[in-house]
Amino acid sequence: MYTPHTDEDIRRMLERIGVGSVDELFARAVPGEMLTSGGFEDVPEAMDLASLIKTMRALSDRNTASCIGSCFAGGGAYAHLVHPAVDQIISRSEFLTAYTPYQAEVSQGTLQAVFEFQTMVAELLGTQVANASMYDGASAAAEAALMARRVTKRNKVLVSEALHPEYRHVIRTYLAGLAPEGVEEVLTIGYAKDTGATDTVALAGRLGDDVAAVVVGYPNVFGVVEDLTSIAKAAHDAGALLVTATAEPVSLGILEAPAVLGADIPTAEGQALGLPVSFGGPGVGLFGCSKKKARHMPGRLVGRTVDTRGKNGYVLTLAMREQHIRRERATSNICTNQGLCALAVTVHLSLLGPEGLREQALMSAANAHALRERIAALDGFEDVFDGPFFNEFAIRSKRVPVADLIEGLAERRLLAGPALGRWYPELANVLLVSTTECLCTQDMDALVAALREVGR
Amino acid sequence: MDFPNDLKYTKTHEWVKTEDGVATCGLTAFAAEQIGDVVQLELPEEGQTFKLDEPIAVVESSKASEEIFAPLSGTVVASNMDLEGEPEKVNESPYGDGWMFKMEMSDESEVSGLLDADAYAKHVAELKEG
Amino acid sequence: MSEKKPVDTRHRAVRDVVRHVSFDEPAVFEKSVPGRRGTRITPPGRSLPDPGAWLPEAMIRKSPPGLPELSENEAVRHWVRLSSWNFCIDHGFYPLGSCTMKYNPKVNEAAARMEGMARLHPYAPESGAQGALELMWSLERALACICGFDAFTLQPAAGAQGELTALMMIRAHHRAQGNPRSKVLIPDTAHGTNPASAALNGYRSVAVESGEQGILLAGDVAKVMDEEVAAVMITNPNTLGLFEREIRQVARVVHEKGGLVFGDGANLNALMGRVKPGEVGIDVMQLNLHKTFSTPHGGGGPGSGPVGCVEKLTPYLPVPRIVRDEDGSFHLDEKMPGTIGRVRSFYGNFGMLVRAWTYILAVGRSGLGDVSGMSVLNANYLMTLLGGLFHRPYDGTPMHEFVLTDKKLKKETGVQTMDVAKRLLDLGYHPPTVYFPLVVQGALMIEPTETETPETLEAFAGALERIVREAGEDPEVLHEAPHATRLGRLDDTLAARRPVLRWTPGDEEDGNAS
Ligand SMILES: Cc1ncc(COP(=O)(O)O)c(C=O)c1O
Repeated sequence: MYTPHTDEDIRRMLERIGVGSVDELFARAVPGEMLTSGGFEDVPEAMDLASLIKTMRALSDRNTASCIGSCFAGGGAYAHLVHPAVDQIISRSEFLTAYTPYQAEVSQGTLQAVFEFQTMVAELLGTQVANASMYDGASAAAEAALMARRVTKRNKVLVSEALHPEYRHVIRTYLAGLAPEGVEEVLTIGYAKDTGATDTVALAGRLGDDVAAVVVGYPNVFGVVEDLTSIAKAAHDAGALLVTATAEPVSLGILEAPAVLGADIPTAEGQALGLPVSFGGPGVGLFGCSKKKARHMPGRLVGRTVDTRGKNGYVLTLAMREQHIRRERATSNICTNQGLCALAVTVHLSLLGPEGLREQALMSAANAHALRERIAALDGFEDVFDGPFFNEFAIRSKRVPVADLIEGLAERRLLAGPALGRWYPELANVLLVSTTECLCTQDMDALVAALREVGR
Repeated sequence: MDFPNDLKYTKTHEWVKTEDGVATCGLTAFAAEQIGDVVQLELPEEGQTFKLDEPIAVVESSKASEEIFAPLSGTVVASNMDLEGEPEKVNESPYGDGWMFKMEMSDESEVSGLLDADAYAKHVAELKEG
Repeated sequence: MSEKKPVDTRHRAVRDVVRHVSFDEPAVFEKSVPGRRGTRITPPGRSLPDPGAWLPEAMIRKSPPGLPELSENEAVRHWVRLSSWNFCIDHGFYPLGSCTMKYNPKVNEAAARMEGMARLHPYAPESGAQGALELMWSLERALACICGFDAFTLQPAAGAQGELTALMMIRAHHRAQGNPRSKVLIPDTAHGTNPASAALNGYRSVAVESGEQGILLAGDVAKVMDEEVAAVMITNPNTLGLFEREIRQVARVVHEKGGLVFGDGANLNALMGRVKPGEVGIDVMQLNLHKTFSTPHGGGGPGSGPVGCVEKLTPYLPVPRIVRDEDGSFHLDEKMPGTIGRVRSFYGNFGMLVRAWTYILAVGRSGLGDVSGMSVLNANYLMTLLGGLFHRPYDGTPMHEFVLTDKKLKKETGVQTMDVAKRLLDLGYHPPTVYFPLVVQGALMIEPTETETPETLEAFAGALERIVREAGEDPEVLHEAPHATRLGRLDDTLAARRPVLRWTPGDEEDGNAS
């Protein structure tokens, strides 16, 4: 459909090349027996534009749970406010349809934006430097664990059970190939059943001179804010690095920056800062560390330099860490990252400013704290953890199975979750509820009313 | 191109200066030119031991990343930390400020296996022709 | 009589060139004014509590993050100005080899922004996400059919993560056979992500030289093939744009010793609808939807790197899998006993999957062969137009791209690949991929893609002819190029020697790069 060639074009071009047909061109390049005999049944026939739009609209409409109503779902994807300017800017062809900025002279827009992104991420995480983006929060955490192994030259990674289970799963998957047969290098540290925070006694008990990194969520999957100061001290005393993973980055509007509290390699998922939830992707991984460790960092980096006329400009730099120079000795294999999503985050944060982000964080947290009190007071529900939390909390349904609860909410165009029982058998009837600044009193009244009806 | 007579060389373009059982090592002027503007180095840490021909350091320019091999066996007693801030010294002064590390030799007989300046110059000339 | 004036290269250099928009614009932080706001977050009249109400003092941020404070107008203007410094596909021809910079259809963007797609939460109940699940399931089926595989996962976020995923599956397969093996064979023409992905998965890579014709020879593979080799990683067509004619023999050699064949699918655009990788011996392969399936590259992502495989590898695919039930509804299945696990959170870069599916519906079954057909036609036409202008290191009919070098030009004029690339910027073109593949000195790798008209290719050939002419007459113009861009060539060495990786208060706009 998108090929411009007329029959006359094709004829003229073939003639110039000196072949009779396009098929003949293929016959020259490819041994005949390797050409397929067909069989493309699972590819639909081409559609006209009107039918195409109608078909996509129909698919979209069948996603009846999309949060057009109020969204109380979290667990690593959050329906925060996205400034309408963000989509307008990232839809500009100049940003949308450019490649990775290899030719710096005609890519200064992307390059300066990434430089500004790196600066903002470093500010949020409290680090000296940050890279140009990772695929997502979970793989950023896994790459941080790998980097900690390179820096410390140790192998074991201690992962908090209260870290988002999908993040834990990604870390295990990434490290599985590197461990000798039968050796488990990723070990889980349990959580305290009362606070919902990482069990620091168990952590201290397992730390030793074989541990490269401790990985915790900040806040963790229960929404609980970990006591990073003491976890960092324990890790550092044993010579290990602290990796943090922030799935809800809006929290950093009021939470102390993880590096300030001792995180060596703080990472985060940036989706909540300017991107729609989009069924879980694309988001963007944030990744920071000290200047000294920068050469161990995975991913791309943009740096400032000057041009031949002495003017400031930006280039991709420290490329010798990367796959195209170092090949098998590279610090990671990342080539295409999440550039446009990094731009979205940068545009969004430039529109929010420090005060906007702080207000967003405060409103989200205020909504959560008010809501938890109201739900816990309902007949049929109780609190699960008493650790300090940000905008997300676990609530136990004492009578009605959580699946029925979710269904009842869906019927009322309300969405909460995920149900924690999918990962934690001991939390079988526990639902995660999360809030943003977008929710108003009526939205929360509606959720409370719905829970009262369904959960009794 | 300059290959001082008081130094020994390897075919992989390291130079060595031995004194009281300690070998000072760096990259030859030829290698420094080949790799281009050096932008960063990864140097061994004091106390680490290496066997002859083991990878011991990495030199990086904006277009290449090359491993440096231990020209002799021994224990590292010093690394040139100044190169962290000024990697260009490897290009500007390969045999002087651009030295990379010092090793205490564990087997001084290995020195006899190194090339002298003439032999190395010949080796370079062959490479240039090839 | 008149004295000879000094030659003004710059003046001559900017004759008939493209003029680029050129506002100067400082780092966004320098535009910040304390107290300025771009967005109202709090409803008027609502007072916000102190975080001390919920959090221990130590957990509360002491100083706000250093984000800029701008009005909406100033912020938008900043971003629009920055955007004007970029060259993009929608500006002009972008023949960046190996990257498949084809036109990115606008209807794809519209589809991805539909409310039901963009605002669907990943933990929404499956009953309320049937459209998304059906889309993903259908896309998996279509890709499997295009590639001749049994199954696909859509989880990996980009090609390189797809490579890693595939290697993890390869490891899982060998583990199940009793020995995970230790090595991977990689031709010298391979992309850097191949060896890097192998290392990331704990495999040592062994380079295999391509033969004189630029393709991998089964005999060479046989020499290094043993029972410690887990897989060979083949790009087909390879990065020289040549079809790997011995791929079946290579596969046989590797399979005989129990190894697997990984295909780097970055170049599927040359094969679509005509050659199915699964039918020529490849066991597992990643695709780059941001190349072949027209999703925009976004200045460096997001991409999407689905992985397809033959039946015996399907147990190892990442979870969750999308399953279609008997009643026609879809659900996600986490419980696959053999799975490698997962390589990211949730299900993939869904927004890119929506775009790719929209593209497949627009192109349709019978249009697949046109994509590859016109991309190969365009590459061959452009190469023919260029005639002997540049040295070509390997003969043979190229597929969707071809590689030239600066050998002849350099010898005759001293002008190098980088000069040619930078001069092309002046003439309104994005340069080809340069200095890759590494086996070719001074490589220029040209991939026109199928969405370009012959007129565009003719004009581009004209631009290269002009450059070669300039090289003979006035090489300085090329050494100093680009002239028409906002900035001249940038100092990469300084950037790497004295890394400045973020803005810090006190930075000035000009001349403060160290
Ligand atoms: C041949 C080849 N393989 C792999 C990749 C890596 O793909 P991605 O950038 O999507 O990670 C590329 C991208 O440029 C490529 O050209």
